[in-house]
Amino acid sequence: MHYLTFIGRRLLHIVPVLIGISLVSFLLVMLVPGDPVRLVLGPRATDDAVAAMREAWGLDRSLLSQYLTYVGNVVQGNLGDSLKYRLPVWDLIAQYLPRTAFLIGYVLAMTVPVTVLLAVTAARREGDWPDQVIRLLSVLGMTIPVFWLAVIFARLFGIQLGWFPVSGYGEGFLGHLHHLFLPAVSTSLWLAPVLTRNLRGALVQQMDADYVAACRAKGLPERLIFRRHILPNSVLPTLNLLGVMIAFLIGGSVVVEIVYAVPGLGALMIGAVLGRDYFVIQGLTLVYALVTVLVTLVIDLLTAAIDPRTVG
Amino acid sequence: MTETSAINLPARDRPRLKKGTIELAIGVLIVGAWILAAAGAGIVAPADPNALDLAAVLAPPGPAHLMGTDNLGRDILSRVIHGARIDIWMGFIGVLAPLCIGVLVGLVSGYYGGMTDTILMRLVDITVAFPFFILVIAIVGLLGPGLANYFVALGLVAWVAYARLVRAEVLVVKRLEFVQAAKALGFPDRAILFRHVLPNVLGSITIYAWTDAVMVILAGASLGFLGLGAQPPTAEWGVMISDGQPYIVQAWWICFFPGLAMVTLSLGFILISDGLSRRLRVSQ
Repeated sequence: MHYLTFIGRRLLHIVPVLIGISLVSFLLVMLVPGDPVRLVLGPRATDDAVAAMREAWGLDRSLLSQYLTYVGNVVQGNLGDSLKYRLPVWDLIAQYLPRTAFLIGYVLAMTVPVTVLLAVTAARREGDWPDQVIRLLSVLGMTIPVFWLAVIFARLFGIQLGWFPVSGYGEGFLGHLHHLFLPAVSTSLWLAPVLTRNLRGALVQQMDADYVAACRAKGLPERLIFRRHILPNSVLPTLNLLGVMIAFLIGGSVVVEIVYAVPGLGALMIGAVLGRDYFVIQGLTLVYALVTVLVTLVIDLLTAAIDPRTVG
Repeated sequence: MTETSAINLPARDRPRLKKGTIELAIGVLIVGAWILAAAGAGIVAPADPNALDLAAVLAPPGPAHLMGTDNLGRDILSRVIHGARIDIWMGFIGVLAPLCIGVLVGLVSGYYGGMTDTILMRLVDITVAFPFFILVIAIVGLLGPGLANYFVALGLVAWVAYARLVRAEVLVVKRLEFVQAAKALGFPDRAILFRHVLPNVLGSITIYAWTDAVMVILAGASLGFLGLGAQPPTAEWGVMISDGQPYIVQAWWICFFPGLAMVTLSLGFILISDGLSRRLRVSQ
């Protein structure tokens, strides 16, 4: 199949998912127990006021017509207004998004080199003591609650030792790096073990492949086989895993942002949930899903570009 | 035979433990200890988890209070032990509903294929498009905080992993001879699915469920920490860490011990999962 055909098919595959996502985020607000209009206007609102708001929000129309209006608005970038800030939800998200993006980029930059190093070490000495130690560490890492680690780190490295600030986002690039160091480390310590475990598995699997046996038969030195053949073949599984992990990373960023008072999307989300700011919750959930779908798409296209066999 | 002859056996004849047995044993030991402590919390815990002792506020760990006390003078050790009840219960219930839904969907989807499969897998695609924790927060946030709504959210969201896992296995199993034979003999689909296909996918479901329990407990405790899960003054580990955060400078022990409890319990679960998967891989 041609690469362009593959792209076309992959894009087509996204359409039902996008419709599904919009439907889910539309229906989410229906979960709110009771009448949302009453909740917003308060118990003492007059019936007229309630009816007027109901009409203004289009709640008197059929569900389908409401959904179509919702999709129409979303396509035009209108996610509704925040009940608390009295601002368009989209503006709020645009304001908070860069900080979370920076944090996630920071975590990835920190995690990926360490992961590759550890996984390669473990795979090359499979069953040996470095492998056992790394395996133990990766199990331990998965059990640690990120928010707990964040709280403990803030106390130890932030307050007691005073090496890093424990709240806020800082000024300028270096300021961001300095302020987000502890949040990024706490998240990375949880992400790295999961990635290491999987990359090690992929590497070990590659080492048994026929082409490795062929290389050995040819008399290539082990180092060369590993660097030239095994490592490139393990890039794809890692890339795909990273795509899956992005969703977890986004979720993990929420608690870390709360602990370190980073004004990012996670903090916005929790603020909205605690303040019953329904349209912010709805809009954010939608944007989070769209970002995840986009990341998955990019990774699939990259995979296909790197390894034409996956195009099928 | 006497004991000496057993010791003198050459190394290769010595009975060897199956791979994964050690992990499994340690895991069962840890989880068993926690379950016992949780079940007998009333007897094991040295004090009432909610008893205030204003004479011993923020007391550091010592002989009177092994893990110290919090800002209201409550005994941390007792709260950690009582918290185990809630967190273990949370892991159990939080896994059960998604497991049942997911297994059913996976069985049906993989076995029948066709249109049913397409629709169900589209549903899975849509659900996984949302980051898991975000969707849980959104659902709990809209329904209202509390553990019950967390379980509802899990039921709506967490089944997809089981559905995918089971479907993939069913696709393999349904081509095997014994399933084909059962079909040829005219067994009803339901009997084939539950008596012949299900037992063959139970292994991987069990392995995954233990890891899933860790995720359910960590996410549930995170919700408790954020004020969206179990509500204070309930002694839930996440809530306790959240309660202790303002006092972290003077009293690190309020936050530290509940987290440590969570690490040990999760470690037990993961070791069980790891041990099981190694044993299963060897036996295959």
